Amino acid sequence: MGLREALATEEFVITCEVAPPKGVDMKHVLEEAELLRGRVAGINVTDLQAAAMRVSSVATCALLRQMGLEPILQMVCRDRNRLALQSDLLSAYVLGIRNVLCLTGDHTVLGDHPAAKPVFDLDSVSLLRAAQGLIDGHDLSGNELEGKPEELFLGAIVTPCADPVEPQLYKLHNKIEAGAKFIQTQAVYDVEAFARFMERIPEVKTPILAGIVLLKSAGMARYMNANVAGVFVPDDLIKEMAEAGKKDKEAKERGEKANNVVKTSIEIAARLIRGLKPYCAGVHLMPLGWGHHVPAVLEGARV
Amino acid sequence: MIASERKPLEEILGYLESERKVFLVACDGCSAGCGVSDPEHTAEMVKELEANGKTVTGVARVEMTCNSGLAALMLMQHLAQVNEADGILVLACGDGIQSVAGAVEKPVHPGTNSVYFGGFQGLWRSEPKCAECGNCMLDYTGGICPYTACSKSLLFGSCGGPKDGKCEVDASVPCGWMRIYERLAVLGRVDELRRTPPLRDFTKMLPMKDRRRSSLYALEYEVEEAEAPAES
Repeated sequence: MGLREALATEEFVITCEVAPPKGVDMKHVLEEAELLRGRVAGINVTDLQAAAMRVSSVATCALLRQMGLEPILQMVCRDRNRLALQSDLLSAYVLGIRNVLCLTGDHTVLGDHPAAKPVFDLDSVSLLRAAQGLIDGHDLSGNELEGKPEELFLGAIVTPCADPVEPQLYKLHNKIEAGAKFIQTQAVYDVEAFARFMERIPEVKTPILAGIVLLKSAGMARYMNANVAGVFVPDDLIKEMAEAGKKDKEAKERGEKANNVVKTSIEIAARLIRGLKPYCAGVHLMPLGWGHHVPAVLEGARV
Repeated sequence: MIASERKPLEEILGYLESERKVFLVACDGCSAGCGVSDPEHTAEMVKELEANGKTVTGVARVEMTCNSGLAALMLMQHLAQVNEADGILVLACGDGIQSVAGAVEKPVHPGTNSVYFGGFQGLWRSEPKCAECGNCMLDYTGGICPYTACSKSLLFGSCGGPKDGKCEVDASVPCGWMRIYERLAVLGRVDELRRTPPLRDFTKMLPMKDRRRSSLYALEYEVEEAEAPAES
């Protein structure tokens, strides 16, 4: 069953992201993807995430297709103009890729090639429009296509805990109007805040998958609060992670092995998923290198 | 100097669709020199507006509208007429339009496109407000240019990057789209964010043929007058 079909059912849908490597050793990313087989409805492949040069999302998605998995191609507008973006959409399609998540992308100065030219010829909304145009059989210049990529299934993102959230709502509506059929969100750590966000958009029928980022430490949580837009980790979660870290440190000093941090991180993620479940169509996991813990999170969440 | 050309009347009337009374600001600087906002063409604009059912409450001529202090002072002299108007149409470069938009709490509409001229690097300029993109979008964005105010020059709203209203590229710089949002909120026009303007056309930033033939270009380049010989 593809992502489109999974979202059409009443079932709670899980997606999870994997990240291509910097270099050509694909072993790790393909192992992480294999671990997700049968556990998720789609596997997002990030597109030069954090503006760092890596193997492309298109190539990695094509390999996942060969393995019989269901990839979700992430596409950002930072590195390609409207010709290359449309061409890559067609190229992905002929390689069997159907799901595309359209994003603006981090600025080049935040990545590992800060001197590069930032493109942003299109943005998330206009990329969705371009992709919808291809589905309908024409490119951005109105030229007719030989063979339409009719099965493309387009997605977009939203940041539910942004402050202020109103500009996000306008953009969300524009994205849906432009062709987005599913929505994945930025990391959510506060179930009540997410519920309030969902209450503001009762008219939105497009399925929304709440974002879950595994916390790796109290420090990471504090860092995100200080630096990452639209992410807010409540104090009690930071405290929980800090205590787990303290326990691990004490155990290490006694010469014992302990993994309270991992256990707590998994527990928090599972608890968030259970809490979010009544408010959304599913969740989207971003394990950031902790992909091997995803099965434990899903078991803990009982989804 | 920034070169400008008049927007087509239909586009201007589109911007003014929900407004009956219009105040006009015409710059006496560069755009007057371009034959866009000089007294003769300003009078023409007034006539065209009136012929289309608009009431022009007044006209302010501003020597250099890009000088925002001067623009505000000139508008003060027309306070009653400005207040009476539903919106303001500006015949100036993109810089001047943003001066006016920053001075009044009324919808401000561009009557021009600032076209790319290139090659004026020797001039001192203030903050880069106008990109001379040839496709002025200030009507959609509360009089703040998304191409120069946003680090990514996004046309359809903020990216996911701004933190506490500041840009992801530089935390000391306010997010351009947050400024646009706040500005539209003050004007009661936040619904503008649901309008989707046409994509940017980068060919409009190629120096135009007739400008390449101008004396300014001729001073630096030997302009080829003869047409290329037909292929045999």
